[in-house]
Amino acid sequence: MARNLSMKDAINEALDQEMARDPTVIVMGEDIVGGSGSPGEDDAWGGVLGVTKGLYAKHGDRLIDTPLSESAYIGAAIGASTCGLRPVAELMFLDFMGVCFDQIFNQAAKFRYMFGGKAETPVTIRAMVGAGFRAAAQHSQMLTPIVTHIPGLKVVCPSNAYDAKGLLIQSIRDNDPVIFCEHKNLYAHESDVPEESYTVPFGEANIVREGADATIVAYGLMVHRASEAAEALAKEGIQCEIVDLRTLSPIDIDSVVESVENTGRLICVDEANPRCSIAADVTATLSQEAFGSLKAAPQLVTAPHTPVPFSPALEDLYIPSAEHIVDAVRKTMAP
Amino acid sequence: MSEDSITAVLMPKWGLSMREGVLVDWLVDEGAEIGVGDEIMEVETDKIASAVEAADAGILRRRVAAAGETYPVRALLGVLAPEAVSDDEIDAYIAAYELPADAGDDEDAASQYEFVDTAAGRLRYARRGDDGPALVLVHGFGGDLDNWLFNIDVLAQQARVFALDLPGHGQSSKQLGDPSLAGLAGELQAFLDALEIDRAHLVGHSMGAAVAARLACDAPGRVQSLALISAAGLGPEINADYIDGFVDAESRRELKPVLLNLFADSELVSRGMVDDLLKYKRIDGVHEALQQLAASLFADGRQQNLLAAQIAELSIPTLVIWGTEDRVIPPAHAQNAAVARIEQIDGAGHMVQMEQASRVNALILEHVLG
Amino acid sequence: MNDNVFPLGNEDLLEAYRTMKTIREFEERLHVDFGRGEIPGFVHLYAGEEAAATGIMMHLNDQDRIASTHRGHGHCIAKGVDINAMMAEIYGKVTGACRGKGGSMHIADLSKGMMGANGILGAGSPLACGAALAAKTLGHGGIGMSFTGDGASNQGTFLESLNLAAIWNLPMVFVVENNGYAESTSVDYATAVDSYADRAAGFGVPGVIVDGTDFFAVYEAAGEIIRRAREGGGPSLMECKMVRFFGHFEGDAQTYRGAGENEHNRANRDCLKLFRARVTEADVIDGGDLDAIDSEVLAAIEQAVEQAVAAPLPGAADLTTDVYVRY
Repeated sequence: MARNLSMKDAINEALDQEMARDPTVIVMGEDIVGGSGSPGEDDAWGGVLGVTKGLYAKHGDRLIDTPLSESAYIGAAIGASTCGLRPVAELMFLDFMGVCFDQIFNQAAKFRYMFGGKAETPVTIRAMVGAGFRAAAQHSQMLTPIVTHIPGLKVVCPSNAYDAKGLLIQSIRDNDPVIFCEHKNLYAHESDVPEESYTVPFGEANIVREGADATIVAYGLMVHRASEAAEALAKEGIQCEIVDLRTLSPIDIDSVVESVENTGRLICVDEANPRCSIAADVTATLSQEAFGSLKAAPQLVTAPHTPVPFSPALEDLYIPSAEHIVDAVRKTMAP
Repeated sequence: MSEDSITAVLMPKWGLSMREGVLVDWLVDEGAEIGVGDEIMEVETDKIASAVEAADAGILRRRVAAAGETYPVRALLGVLAPEAVSDDEIDAYIAAYELPADAGDDEDAASQYEFVDTAAGRLRYARRGDDGPALVLVHGFGGDLDNWLFNIDVLAQQARVFALDLPGHGQSSKQLGDPSLAGLAGELQAFLDALEIDRAHLVGHSMGAAVAARLACDAPGRVQSLALISAAGLGPEINADYIDGFVDAESRRELKPVLLNLFADSELVSRGMVDDLLKYKRIDGVHEALQQLAASLFADGRQQNLLAAQIAELSIPTLVIWGTEDRVIPPAHAQNAAVARIEQIDGAGHMVQMEQASRVNALILEHVLG
Repeated sequence: MNDNVFPLGNEDLLEAYRTMKTIREFEERLHVDFGRGEIPGFVHLYAGEEAAATGIMMHLNDQDRIASTHRGHGHCIAKGVDINAMMAEIYGKVTGACRGKGGSMHIADLSKGMMGANGILGAGSPLACGAALAAKTLGHGGIGMSFTGDGASNQGTFLESLNLAAIWNLPMVFVVENNGYAESTSVDYATAVDSYADRAAGFGVPGVIVDGTDFFAVYEAAGEIIRRAREGGGPSLMECKMVRFFGHFEGDAQTYRGAGENEHNRANRDCLKLFRARVTEADVIDGGDLDAIDSEVLAAIEQAVEQAVAAPLPGAADLTTDVYVRY
């Protein structure tokens, strides 16, 4: 039956259930067990934020602590995935992909095409994304546009616990490489999650809220900011429809088009930097596919074209807020 | 006059996830005399819309809520009171009304569901009502106990009502021991055993009606009466496109047109309803269970279990209810149940118990209470 | 004929020669056809290095996985990839090993344990560690093996992989093919240590150096470290010192080489000539048998080229297929 579960616990449960179901699923990463080889307790950390806590006790050596050596262990996870395992590799922060990006975009992403359809690369790379943790420029980025740009990768970014569990199970069972982006400020967010295993398919957006006046497209944490904005606007009689993309590659453009055909207004919200962002991509596609339906110029609400600042005073300004979204919706409503 | 004579009309709670609803419109004016079961207002959630029946009789003295507005579950929407109650007293009652702190809470809702372990696995069920005869509601193919959302509370006013999720459905175990009709009937019997219900009035919808009828044939001593709604088991035809479409649909786009077959009023198929069914279908084991049931019960697009003759031989009172707009099982099948009382409901589709809840509730109560 | 004094039976000796000769003729033919403008893109030829691929791969089976380099034709042939499919791939044809989508630098055949040639230097080492991790986890007795040149052996991926394989005690072999040049840059300039095998000690891994032009030296050294990997003894590093007959890529004027260097290598360090001399001088193999193999190989290569030339090109519909398993 369904219970209220945090996104962190939902991710843990997805890993637990898939490891129990399929002996070829392994989980590897830095400190995902914690304390390996140390004199203290086993399973000391269960990941830097405790997401994998408790899994070692249940699944033992199929949870593997790695050295701080992202190129080697992400590459090993990718290689192992072509040889009969379904590894889930944790990259900790997606910001760290700089040190192992070759393995992700030149190797995993390209095997299937480059080898003429012979390879399957069922690897899942989990990584934290997003700002708001006072973690500064190298631990806070929303680098989803970079991975979404690469053909051959699938990119997932859930906004709630239910989606996180179903999408992670789908990622593990999927035979393509998946970048699974976990917003660190959503780990504590709770929603109804069934105890049983289930999947949420890729490429199907979720209509979080229905409304006839404007379409707000968002993903990850920004879905919640969009909801706050929609609540505020509803009090003025402006009804917003919120499309949670859930997966960025594949992307469910059809649902966005359908919605914009009803509302005539598009506001794309993205925690990423603006240039070549998901927001820019969706806006460009919609301008092409649904230009005739648009009653106003589409609006983009993104982070500024700067690194993520440290000082809370600055970081709070950096992250798109509900007020930014309200302003953007109002712009599309102006006569 | 004491406050006891004032009765609140509240936003209902339909199912686990309902937290708020829109009062679409009032169906009665202030000052109107209302009887129990009268439709007094139209309410819509993100999943379903339905008329709400009065749970109490009285004069609608005040419409507190405005049409078109959204209210939380258990919000005060209106006030019933006799003439003798003054307007001041009603004003005071409205001013003093407080939304229950747990309104719409999961704990509150979850406690309305229970689980029982049977040989068929873990079954979820809801139990409502303390007195009266035992009445067991059995949903159809791909359904669950929430198919009785608009029936269970009304029926519970005069009966002890149990609604279960059959194996493979809802939140019951997804493994099917035996996907045959006899297997499902055996599992229903195991449910009665587990809850120590010796005899019950069985109300079945669609496939659930066939399950109930099969149990009546196999264990007539356990069944006091049968109410068969949009029933399977009374004729060979069935909408195979519906069955196959329901089993195979993987996305909202694929499932929605399939679900339109269920209702005469297509507006009732909301995004929330489609999403909830997709969530169910995406649970491990559900697709296999539905495939097994479809292969066993509806092979080659035909119903494989025809029970009309056997039902006719039973000395169990049987009521058949059908919506005239049923696009899943032909309403003409009603005529095959020779001995039964047959009620056709105009303008209703396959989910007649949802679309015309008050009519169906009245028929069932009349049938059960005699 | 005398008694066989070699660690391989006569059949295996002939097979080893056939493999080396096939690699040689495959590359010689590509050198000619590329010069004629018949091959798109660019190719990196393995000629001169045949003894390494052959002497090592004779110890492997299809469960053993290798991650190759940009100079991968020799590894492919020695690992059993079909030369017709390889040639068609290099010609960019739809009948190619990768349906024309990979080309010379990306030939792979996972059914043969060939995880792919690789255009990114050093990228194969982590991948092969993954293969070794899978072999260990699944317990099927296979090993992982990575090839890197002297240049790529300076990549972080290679060094990180040595550490990873060592701490996890993986069934893994690192082969460094040291042909003296990273593209145009001498190993003496680019690498601080005298030998890559010396680096192995820094990772707690055994390291050996062999003469990569001597099939028998390679065969014996590889046999030992592969056996150790299979038996749970962990990873090893093997450096093969060898020569590259051609340039870094076809069209390379090779002005960085010393005067007469290529001629000297061809005359004195040709692994095929050395092999032929060893087995015929020991009077174990008849030179006529080797000559017969030479003609068969030439015919096979000719056939591969003819088939490749005649094969259809991929069509527009192939452009967008096989990006994902499921869309």
